[in-house]
Amino acid sequence: MAAKVSRGERLGTYTVLAIFTAFALYPMLAIFGTALRSEVAGEGGVHWDNFAKAWTVGRFGSYLGNSLVVSVSVVVLATVFSVLAGYAFGTMRFRGREILFYLMLLGLTVPTEAVVVPLYYNMRDVGLTDTYAALILPQVAQSVAFGTFWMRAFFSSTSRGLVEAARLDGANHWQTLWRVLLPIARPAMVTLIVLVFMWTWNEFMLALVMVTDESLRTAPLGLRFFSDRATTSVPLLAAGSVLVALPVVLVYLFLQRHFIRGMLEGSVKG
Amino acid sequence: MSRTLTTSTTSSTATRRNKAAPSTTPPGEPRRVGYLYLLPALLVYGVFLLFPLLHSGWLSLYEWDGLSVGTWAGLDNYVGIFTEEGALASFGHVGVLVVFFAVIPVCIGLVLATALHRIRVRGLPFFRTSLFLPQVIAMVVVAVAWQQIYAPDGALNEALRFIGLDGITRTWLGDSGTALFAVGAVGTWVQTGLVVVLMLGGIGKISDELFDAARLDGAGVVWEFRAVILPALRKEIGVALTLTVIAALRTFDLVYMMTPQGGPGGSTTVPSYEVYYQAFRAGEVGSAAAIGVVITLLAFGITFLITRITGRER
Repeated sequence: MAAKVSRGERLGTYTVLAIFTAFALYPMLAIFGTALRSEVAGEGGVHWDNFAKAWTVGRFGSYLGNSLVVSVSVVVLATVFSVLAGYAFGTMRFRGREILFYLMLLGLTVPTEAVVVPLYYNMRDVGLTDTYAALILPQVAQSVAFGTFWMRAFFSSTSRGLVEAARLDGANHWQTLWRVLLPIARPAMVTLIVLVFMWTWNEFMLALVMVTDESLRTAPLGLRFFSDRATTSVPLLAAGSVLVALPVVLVYLFLQRHFIRGMLEGSVKG
Repeated sequence: MSRTLTTSTTSSTATRRNKAAPSTTPPGEPRRVGYLYLLPALLVYGVFLLFPLLHSGWLSLYEWDGLSVGTWAGLDNYVGIFTEEGALASFGHVGVLVVFFAVIPVCIGLVLATALHRIRVRGLPFFRTSLFLPQVIAMVVVAVAWQQIYAPDGALNEALRFIGLDGITRTWLGDSGTALFAVGAVGTWVQTGLVVVLMLGGIGKISDELFDAARLDGAGVVWEFRAVILPALRKEIGVALTLTVIAALRTFDLVYMMTPQGGPGGSTTVPSYEVYYQAFRAGEVGSAAAIGVVITLLAFGITFLITRITGRER
């Protein structure tokens, strides 16, 4: 640590830091402020009822419900599949292991734009557009690519001795996973869960393409259509925006270490 | 922020690790049961990601409107990207966005992290949480928030009037001269925190002896930055560049929300928007697929290139 830093430099650093922090927070605080404004221009007061109105009139209650269904489904499926696959890649030897793993790694770099067009036409052909499945399955596939990579890294780095010991004790492969490894895999799994939750909750393009039925709109898609309506007032639009952002922000505030670790450390470690 | 964005570098680092460290080979005897554990993941991955990806490549070789029977087009759709103004312009716009999404945040990140490292910052967790926050907010919400800031009577114009710069106030998103920059500035807002946190983590890992040695030699801040920090952060810079450049390349939600129909005079079209527009508005499914393929190839190329230049040895 630096020992001799002048008072002036210290003050300057704090000032710069404060400016950037304000810059980062301002748009979000401003939209929260707008959400509490009266819908009547010029009228004062704090209007918490804007949120209730956005929830019912703006139909954000329904949109958030859809997002919840989709996100929970994707999180559960992707986590289970990733743990199973990561366990196999991380602790077992079988033919084609390398090739299959690289094949899945490929999915880490494939953007939605590259698959959304055929996905739409294939889903349409089998009658799956405008269903939850059209939103859930492609996102499970994308998440599983990352999840398998993430869980494999965990299993192969921590489990060697444990797996061998469990085997010597006569545990079979399932017991080894379920009783020995999963309890210590909790932190890695939490990171995976919060990331997949955030990605799924915030996903926009897939929902835009797959869903035309209003009753299936996810929160970001609902916000998009709400903002298009000519009758939407700015405070209600802001209230809707806050509602859309809030679930992820709350999870972030409680589990931010996992967000930051997953998004940064996971990619730096090598 | 989206899935592929965060993980693009992960793939390359993982590949590297795998090759570099044979000790990661798993223990135990060969097990056929492994396939059973892989089955659910591989199935859903194959059907909903790998197959559509290949299908995209196939579709890109056809002229198809999404309804009637398609006709073979060979590489025409790819040639079209370079000859039709719209598609080419959209890739040009990404070049501008890269400056805002990647170059500026990395510069800010390096300077800020260097400054922060020199003092023991009180309340660092609060600052880190705040700076990183834009990363977790849905882009559509970010778009709404910034639309208000850029509005004719929004905060930006108010601020400009306040300091007497009435002359340059304007509808930032409605002016074809400024719309793309306005969108880009939002990218700077989103990415800067990520880069700062990334760099701080990297600087924290540099051994104090290196700094002490530099200081004993009487090195100033600038020298310390060039001789100690910059070389040690190569890898972090690489990761930051990969994440942010690919974020720029994949911008869709922001542009779609903030500047409908590709912005004033088509000044904010981006490749992802072109994919959506060509496939679902213009009935040019083949062209859309071709642009999607090019985006993917660019993403792979950028990841590979940046890892190549900055990664490797450490």
